[in-house]
Amino acid sequence: MTWSEMQPLLSQACWDTLYMVGWSTLIAVLGGLPLGVLLVLTDRGGLLQNVLANKVIGQIVNIARSMPFIILMVALMNFTRWITGTTIGREAAIVPLAIGAIPFFARLVETAVREVDGGLVEAVQSMGGNTWTVVRKVLVPESLPSLISSTTTTIVALIGYSAMAGTVGAGGLGDIAIRYGYQRFETELMWITVAILAVVISLIQFAGDYAARTLHRRGGHSGPVPKLRLLKASAATSDTV
Amino acid sequence: MITTTGLTKVYRSRGREVTALDGVDLHVREGEVYGVIGQSGAGKSSLIRCVNLLERPTAGTVTVDGRDLTALAGRGSRAGRELRQARSRIGMVFQHFNLLSSRTVQDNVELPLEILGKSGKERSRKAVELLDLVGLADKAKAYPAQLSGGQKQRVGIARALAGDPRVLLSDEATSALDPETTRSILQLLRDLNRQLGLTVLLITHEMDVVKTICDSAALMEQGRIVEHGTVSELLATPGSALAAALFPVGGEASGDDRTVLDVTFHGESATQPVISQLSRTYNIDISILGAAIDTVGGLQIGRMRIELPGRYEDNVVPIGFLREQGLQIDVLGREALLVKDGAR
Repeated sequence: MTWSEMQPLLSQACWDTLYMVGWSTLIAVLGGLPLGVLLVLTDRGGLLQNVLANKVIGQIVNIARSMPFIILMVALMNFTRWITGTTIGREAAIVPLAIGAIPFFARLVETAVREVDGGLVEAVQSMGGNTWTVVRKVLVPESLPSLISSTTTTIVALIGYSAMAGTVGAGGLGDIAIRYGYQRFETELMWITVAILAVVISLIQFAGDYAARTLHRRGGHSGPVPKLRLLKASAATSDTV
Repeated sequence: MITTTGLTKVYRSRGREVTALDGVDLHVREGEVYGVIGQSGAGKSSLIRCVNLLERPTAGTVTVDGRDLTALAGRGSRAGRELRQARSRIGMVFQHFNLLSSRTVQDNVELPLEILGKSGKERSRKAVELLDLVGLADKAKAYPAQLSGGQKQRVGIARALAGDPRVLLSDEATSALDPETTRSILQLLRDLNRQLGLTVLLITHEMDVVKTICDSAALMEQGRIVEHGTVSELLATPGSALAAALFPVGGEASGDDRTVLDVTFHGESATQPVISQLSRTYNIDISILGAAIDTVGGLQIGRMRIELPGRYEDNVVPIGFLREQGLQIDVLGREALLVKDGAR
């Protein structure tokens, strides 16, 4: 296969991957953020303490998270058809991707929001703020650097999932790697795909870490700043010296 | 201004009950600085949190500025609109400042105004004015992490004042600060109390705080208020634990057959040469074990620990003489002595 043959395949695949991952990330954040916050609020000692609701939400999240993505994709076929009118293609893949990522992101949000100092919540309550104010003015802004890191992690996970979505004809880089690289022994194309994925993931991780670091520093935290992951190896060695 | 009656708070966890407040009656007059002092675990924190109902009392009522807050309470742990409105008129300052790290100093001060729904222009005008009042006008654009502890607490105070409160609650506001910063923060609270007529209820475990700025004080032990009153009343109360703690004098008796007295001078009696009169009148030798003069709550107070020869029974007349001079006399170790005699 020549480069001129590969090039259009790859650019279409890149675009498909970004399309699927972009939309499913957006939906995962929109769905997972409130869910994660709700998990904290309804917990014992939370502002909206409701042990039953907490248990129910927690269980749903756990079940959805423990399901292998490929099974989830098949299990959701009817739902996908109902939403998009089809079970094949990019749009159809977004549905299981988003649904798979919502509980994943929700757990990360839960962890991030739990880190917020309870004293801040108390302070806003003492000013006459209600629960919604606490969420809007304290929980979300104060955990923003962590939330951004969580989003990065989610995007990277979704890129991995999207390769599997390729098996239902969604296209994307993973699909190319399997169909051409693996099934037709186009080893070269497979390695190029892997290289592109590696670069894309690195870029996303870098951008995410950078954003989180900047926000963290703006808050002027004096504690250790999370290191850029790309530089982790060198940083780690210099630490041990 | 703040009145609590029969305030009781019981925490239940896993079948165990802990009584943090056991029928606390507190009365804070308008415009005064009232200090509640006690060991950690005495219930001070629960008390101040019950005043703006951050903690819901198990029983009893809280009235602030003529409003019964306990009657406004929403259902369960959530505060209804009226309670939230009432809270916005009560400022609160915290030990660990509780500033939002993601907001600048000015935005932190604006936060309560945002909650009150004030316009952007009004908010920034008010915030700038308050930062000026607490002496941090040049730090408006800084983030809390760039400030020192004392500066953070100043921001906390500016923020607490944003809603034009008539009452300020201070929860160990100076406990995380060094002595010098503590003094400047207390001075600021005192100034605000005088300038704005702000009523301040503070809790602390530091006697110095009470000594420096409080008009009245209460001592808490095991969820109860065991002593309370204005600082001058307390100092005039014989055997007052608070007075002794506010104004300690040291010194041990030199022998068994001695009588040790704590003599407290205040007002006019401080100027009379009573000790030499006592010595001359009864022809006894008096040793001074310890003495101090200090200003407590704006009053000049002197306290002296003296030793008279002979047991208490031998010194009833001289002690009577001292009391006649308008001095406050506490006889030390008297109870202990009586018990020992009884045992024999």
